[in-house]
Amino acid sequence: MSNQTTFEPKIVAFLCNWCTYAGADLAGTGRKQYQANVRIIKLPCTGGIDPLFLIKAFERGADGILVSGCHPGDCHYNTGNYHARRRWNVFKPLLEFCGINPDRIQFSWISAAEGGKWVETINGVIDAVRALGPFEGYQKINAIGPAGSGEGFVSSSDKGCECK
Amino acid sequence: MIEALRKKAEELLRSNTVNVVFGYGEGSTPERTRPVFITKPEDVNKLTWNQYCVYNLTTYLKRQETRKLGKPAIIVKGCDAKTVIVLIKESQIKREDVYILGVTCQGVGEPLAVKCKACDVHTPRIYDDLVGEKVENKELSFDERYAELDEYEKMSEKGKWEFWQKQFEKCIKCYACSNICPLCFCDRCIVEKNQPQWIDPSAHARGNLSWNVTRAYHLAGRCINCEECQRVCPADIPLNLLNKKLAKEAEKNFNYRPGYNIDDELAMSTYNAKDNQDFVK
Repeated sequence: MSNQTTFEPKIVAFLCNWCTYAGADLAGTGRKQYQANVRIIKLPCTGGIDPLFLIKAFERGADGILVSGCHPGDCHYNTGNYHARRRWNVFKPLLEFCGINPDRIQFSWISAAEGGKWVETINGVIDAVRALGPFEGYQKINAIGPAGSGEGFVSSSDKGCECK
Repeated sequence: MIEALRKKAEELLRSNTVNVVFGYGEGSTPERTRPVFITKPEDVNKLTWNQYCVYNLTTYLKRQETRKLGKPAIIVKGCDAKTVIVLIKESQIKREDVYILGVTCQGVGEPLAVKCKACDVHTPRIYDDLVGEKVENKELSFDERYAELDEYEKMSEKGKWEFWQKQFEKCIKCYACSNICPLCFCDRCIVEKNQPQWIDPSAHARGNLSWNVTRAYHLAGRCINCEECQRVCPADIPLNLLNKKLAKEAEKNFNYRPGYNIDDELAMSTYNAKDNQDFVK
């Protein structure tokens, strides 16, 4: 965030390995362009996404999140996306109740064949979050020390606890 | 009613139906009660019952210390009985391993606890024995049950954020909320995991949202709104508002009310192909 005049949002996208990730890949091989504000995290299934992942992304400086998986009925593990959908049904209203704008956290179904839909969706998310501005509220409390000093996806202090 | 309760407890202990009775005893001042664990029939006079019996004793069903005492009989109000149902549904206790001593209740606390204003289980929905006169359970409407949330849901987005940040920044991460919660029974809580560390353990405002939201979320479709978390919170954070919001969403979306019916499938461990997905693009 050094001397930027225009705000460029940071979006974290949690994508299912079997559909949306392949869909985003298809957009790439099809040479479709989309905005470069997204960092993709590939996961085996949307059903494996703990809501804490999403909170953690905000904590680490994301301005918006997209979670995307297989269309209902297409899950590689049969029912993972159904379970995920049930979770979001209560988790999203909870975040909204805490004052997080619903546009900052979005969900979609994108199949491996829908490269076009991926481009459209992710551009839509990026534009919506750009219009909202940075998620300053969270980024301020995220910082240790004076407000606003925490920046970037991984700060040096965070690296310490990434040991695996 | 106290006499009936003591008599029943004595009977259960003498006949060896149970090894211990979890109940309420006199506190240090008249407007307080404390949990008591009666193991000898001659001690049943320590049991009491009055409008200050606000606690949910079912939290002792999960604790190792009290489990060691043997098969318990537990005194439950209508709301506490819902917890027992959820615990049975979640395989934490077996129905036959606990003797449920239900008491009818018209509300507790002085002034009346918030949970009692939206209560529609004056007579427990599950019990082995009922003490007290049976009270008809008056069914409240959906709106009446969640009326407490109205003013908070009407706030602007900014208002909500500021309100909750102000609440969360008071949090000292003492984890009293999850300690008291009868439905928080993981042997190892996510806050204790540090490789990787999901929730910042310091009392800095950072991580307070993650802790409080995660605590609430883990109770989605399970919390029966006994308000114990809120009662014990030393920082006076209105935690039950979060729980209530989740209960509202669970009922709205899945038509599920935890603890009301022992035959219902748990909301968050199942799914329905027709679940709402209006918010999914």
